Amino acid sequence: MTSTVTTIQHAAPPYSGPRAFVRRLRHGDEIAHLITLTFAAAILLITSMLVWELWVNSHLSRAKFGWNFFWTQTWDPIFDNFGAAPFIYGTLVTSIVALVIAVPLGLASAIFLSELAPRKISDAVSFLIDLLAAVPSVIYGLLGIFVVVPLMRSWLGPFLINTLGKVPVLGKLFAGPNYGVGFFTAGIVLAIMVVPFIISVSREVLLTVPREQREAALALGATRWESTSKVVVPWARTGIMGSIFLALARALGETMAVTMVIGNDPKISASLLHPGYTIAAVIANEFTEATGDLYLSALIELGLVLFLMTFILNGLARILIVATERGGGRPA
Amino acid sequence: MKKTSLVVSILLILAITAAAQAGTILLNAAGATFPYPIYSKWFDVYHQKDPNIQINYQSIGSGGGIRQLLAGTVDFGASDGPMSDDQLKEAKIKILHFPTVLGAVIPIYNVSGVSGELNFTQKALAGIYLGTITKWNDPEIAGANSGVNLPATDIVVVHRADGSGTSYIWTDFLSKISDDWKNKVGKGTSVQWPVGLGGKGNEGVAGLVKQTPSSIGYVELIYAVQNNITFGKVQNASGKFLKADLAGVTAAAAAAKDMPDDFRVSITNEPGPTVYPISSFTWLLIPAQISDAAKRDAIKGFLKWMLTEGQGYNEGLAYARLPKPVIEKELKAISLIQ
Repeated sequence: MTSTVTTIQHAAPPYSGPRAFVRRLRHGDEIAHLITLTFAAAILLITSMLVWELWVNSHLSRAKFGWNFFWTQTWDPIFDNFGAAPFIYGTLVTSIVALVIAVPLGLASAIFLSELAPRKISDAVSFLIDLLAAVPSVIYGLLGIFVVVPLMRSWLGPFLINTLGKVPVLGKLFAGPNYGVGFFTAGIVLAIMVVPFIISVSREVLLTVPREQREAALALGATRWESTSKVVVPWARTGIMGSIFLALARALGETMAVTMVIGNDPKISASLLHPGYTIAAVIANEFTEATGDLYLSALIELGLVLFLMTFILNGLARILIVATERGGGRPA
Repeated sequence: MKKTSLVVSILLILAITAAAQAGTILLNAAGATFPYPIYSKWFDVYHQKDPNIQINYQSIGSGGGIRQLLAGTVDFGASDGPMSDDQLKEAKIKILHFPTVLGAVIPIYNVSGVSGELNFTQKALAGIYLGTITKWNDPEIAGANSGVNLPATDIVVVHRADGSGTSYIWTDFLSKISDDWKNKVGKGTSVQWPVGLGGKGNEGVAGLVKQTPSSIGYVELIYAVQNNITFGKVQNASGKFLKADLAGVTAAAAAAKDMPDDFRVSITNEPGPTVYPISSFTWLLIPAQISDAAKRDAIKGFLKWMLTEGQGYNEGLAYARLPKPVIEKELKAISLIQ
């Protein structure tokens, strides 16, 4: 955030004094500086006000539950006992499932579109993918209810229970009963929603890799695939990571589509086939009818927790990018 | 040419809005979603009757309605559940409750091989939602449905995921018929459900029940009527199995003999052979002191109209009418607004 300000560098003014200022003003430098600085500061201001509002309005809940809020598994609006654990768990699990499905799918598509497909096909497909990214989430929710949930209940769920469910340890993830709604279904719908982001951004990044890089690899005797996997993808790694974290951010905060297919049951269960709940979903579902002060405060604290989760995950992402950059590939 | 036409149209718009504002009393209200269809009908018809009064209603939910009213951002609120004693104590202003219409909640189900109406005893409904009755062929269910071939499958319980007046009525009923429910779960727009899946809205619950084999859920009577969904009969306090209809709901309200002066009353499980046991009033929340005389008269006028002529619109939208004694009592209570 500070980089926005510090990277603006002024060329040494050729003249000094008021005349120079007027000249610079006429050419727009000072005005552009002022305007961009104001807007950059506005973003900082909005973010800090958001945190401040969440912090102040969750006061009652923070005072009553303290750190226990993070690991309490009860969510009882009648007896005023609130804990975030099932919601944190549900948010993380659905997002992880979504990424496990979406990352290989998105990355492979992006590589195909940028490296292997003819340019015309690539552009046409990319246009469709950008359209997909603009579809409202409630539409994905409907797709989930009418297609994914029945498929999960009558085919994919029983299939997973009978195959992976029989494997020791891993089997715990795929234990019945299978209602069709649950973590896994929500993960699938989220994956469908975030895949366009991964493809779209990764493809753009892969296309910016200089042609010389590819040619050099080919000249050294690398095959097409070797040049792609050993040169092009490592070069674009930072951008690809960026696309994945954009996808993660969307998965963490998705509300409507998730609440339609996750079963909305605040419980922590090992099986991905069981119903669960996410932070964004419970806020959307219960905020309008929350009458008690403590109840409302607890919902707002959930918002703070979600903010914190996004913050921590983004921080981890930065660290990961820096760490992998040291490992080689494109020289920093 | 373009410019003049632009100026003219702007002036015209300004003139129209100014004319509309002169003498118009604008009332803002917010709250419950359940009665929204009838409220918007009423406010619309009333505006046509008296063009000087315009009522804006935002169906943001009962909780939101109460908060907005307490914050003074709306002229009156609306709620599916009456305000609690604590809430009234906390409020800086005195608030009056006015029942407007009645709603009922009914059980829906999807059991293979069962196409007709099932009978549900009170114990069966409480047991299913507590998770103590888990099979469809449990004696508590089968005993009330002789001749129906109930399967031995596990019951999948479905409830509302979003906070709602429908859940309030349902849990209020379960609290009255089961001490276990009252002590462990309680009543409210959202509760900690012992078992089951959550669906968003009436359509979410109905959708889950329709899709999930051997499931049970609950929705508003209006929703089931409008969508032709088969629903079960519920045993009332007199032991009779009753299918919900508007007359049965009005009967439930009439059966509430000791209507308190502030109208905050629960009418689930009222005695009487024709009384449908899972129903409730929904309320308008009006401040007892309104300093703006024009607004005060407008609200009073609307309440009077709503309780008399307005009730005629209820059946068309599948809401039950208020019983006569309640209307008379409310008409008297209007004078409390000062």
